[in-house]
Amino acid sequence: MKCQYCSNPATVHLTDIVNKQKRELHLCQECAEKHQLIQQHQLNLPAILHAMIGQYVGAMSDELARLACPACGMRYMEFRAEGRLGCPHDYNVFRVGLGPLLERIHRASRHVGKVPRHRVDVGRQVELVELRQKLRRAIEAEAYEEAAQVRDLIRQKEATG
Amino acid sequence: MNLETLTRSSGEWLRGTGPESDIVISTRIRLARNLAAFPFTNRASAHQKGEIEAILRDRISKLDIHPKLIYVNIPGLSPLDRQLLVERQLISRELAAAEGPRGVALGPQETVSLMVNEEDHLRLQVMRSGLALDEAWQDIDKVDDLIEQRVTYAFSEEFGYLTACPTNVGTGMRASVMLHLPALVLTKQIEKVFRALQKINLAVRGLYGEGSRASGDFYQISNQVTLGKSETTILNEIREVIPQIINYERQARAVLVQGNRQALQDKVWRAFGTLRNATIMTSEETMDLLSSVRLGINLGLLEDLSIPTVNELFINTQPAHLQKLMGTELDGEERNAARARYLRTRLREIGAQPN
Ligand SMILES: [Zn+2]
Ligand SMILES: [Zn+2]
Repeated sequence: MKCQYCSNPATVHLTDIVNKQKRELHLCQECAEKHQLIQQHQLNLPAILHAMIGQYVGAMSDELARLACPACGMRYMEFRAEGRLGCPHDYNVFRVGLGPLLERIHRASRHVGKVPRHRVDVGRQVELVELRQKLRRAIEAEAYEEAAQVRDLIRQKEATG
Repeated sequence: MNLETLTRSSGEWLRGTGPESDIVISTRIRLARNLAAFPFTNRASAHQKGEIEAILRDRISKLDIHPKLIYVNIPGLSPLDRQLLVERQLISRELAAAEGPRGVALGPQETVSLMVNEEDHLRLQVMRSGLALDEAWQDIDKVDDLIEQRVTYAFSEEFGYLTACPTNVGTGMRASVMLHLPALVLTKQIEKVFRALQKINLAVRGLYGEGSRASGDFYQISNQVTLGKSETTILNEIREVIPQIINYERQARAVLVQGNRQALQDKVWRAFGTLRNATIMTSEETMDLLSSVRLGINLGLLEDLSIPTVNELFINTQPAHLQKLMGTELDGEERNAARARYLRTRLREIGAQPN
């Protein structure tokens, strides 16, 4: 297979599936480095994100562009720019956009391996992040009475979690 | 323990012992973990980072680990002390450079370090001398279990341990083995090894290296994938490939010795001579020359100098260590002079001679 940019043999293969459509990128090492997809022999995630999203202007991007996390306020476009998520809940909120990315990075989409013995269900985790954000806003607004109430609620929820 | 005592030893990963220690420097495993109830560090307010730090610091202080870990508050350290911890691989560059409440809990042997408010709320790290993936995994798994009894980690059945960056999600585990590969560099086969490793999803990175070339011919091999494979599978994949690389390096060393022993010996002795006599030494040149000397010792071309001594010179000629040893802050040029002076003195003290 030849590189999509020049005619050298392609050694870097990137695949992702968006809207049930498979997109592939086949590049030689040199072009992949030139486009900064690989730096110092490691995949450069933000550059791949850009290259990947650059390929899909259309319905998908619009849908993703509207996504924001109700718990931490992170927008998908911010994630795209920074390459870092805002809170644990974002894995659910940005599922559509993250799925292909995880598939690209890990060639898998489901966890296998260690599981913590002590854990709370996802709904409770989201609730707690939301309460923490509420507490943060109350403190920033110097609404100390409300802050104290929210703090008590967090303690209760954590104790019963 | 305080930071002053750190400069008097060379730390676990440079102890120079352990299986295959002529080529394998050290083994390191890191786990990324987050508290379920908080936004990730980059999204947390200063107040929240303070809360996260208070919680983790408290839980860490109660861990049943002996001897006890010592908690170091990073904002309270001078830039030089932070750099010292980076050079010893006890904290990441990111943690040193970040802002807001953050810290690190260190074991006295420097084998365990727990970074708080790095990119993830908690980054556990265990380091071992030589090739020791199993031992490192057992250690870190145990510490992780102990912490987990006291906090609720962000975890989902589907995606595993949830991390700020999707490249770490799943096991959250990054296992790496640091190798000294001077002969593969000299015989220009190192790129071939890189390409082979990339094909099986392992990452290669140079130590300290800026740009694509590793200074001192140190390379770190680590897993790229964290999702969809168990910790055991990931460790096995690394374990399988390391003996092959060790083998290539040994073959390349044999080729160098057989092909042109005279030239190799000349290279080693010149490196040694320069280290013993130069009056200005940059960090990069020191790393390169010490790499040749290290190779020379392992091939029996240079006697009276031991691997632990060379390792000590590697770490003590790093900028922050050098300034700590000199007891004063030095600019770039002053450091290069001080580094040369230190090397001359140390190598004359030892009385090492080319063989
Ligand atoms: Zn090309
Ligand atoms: Zn969120």
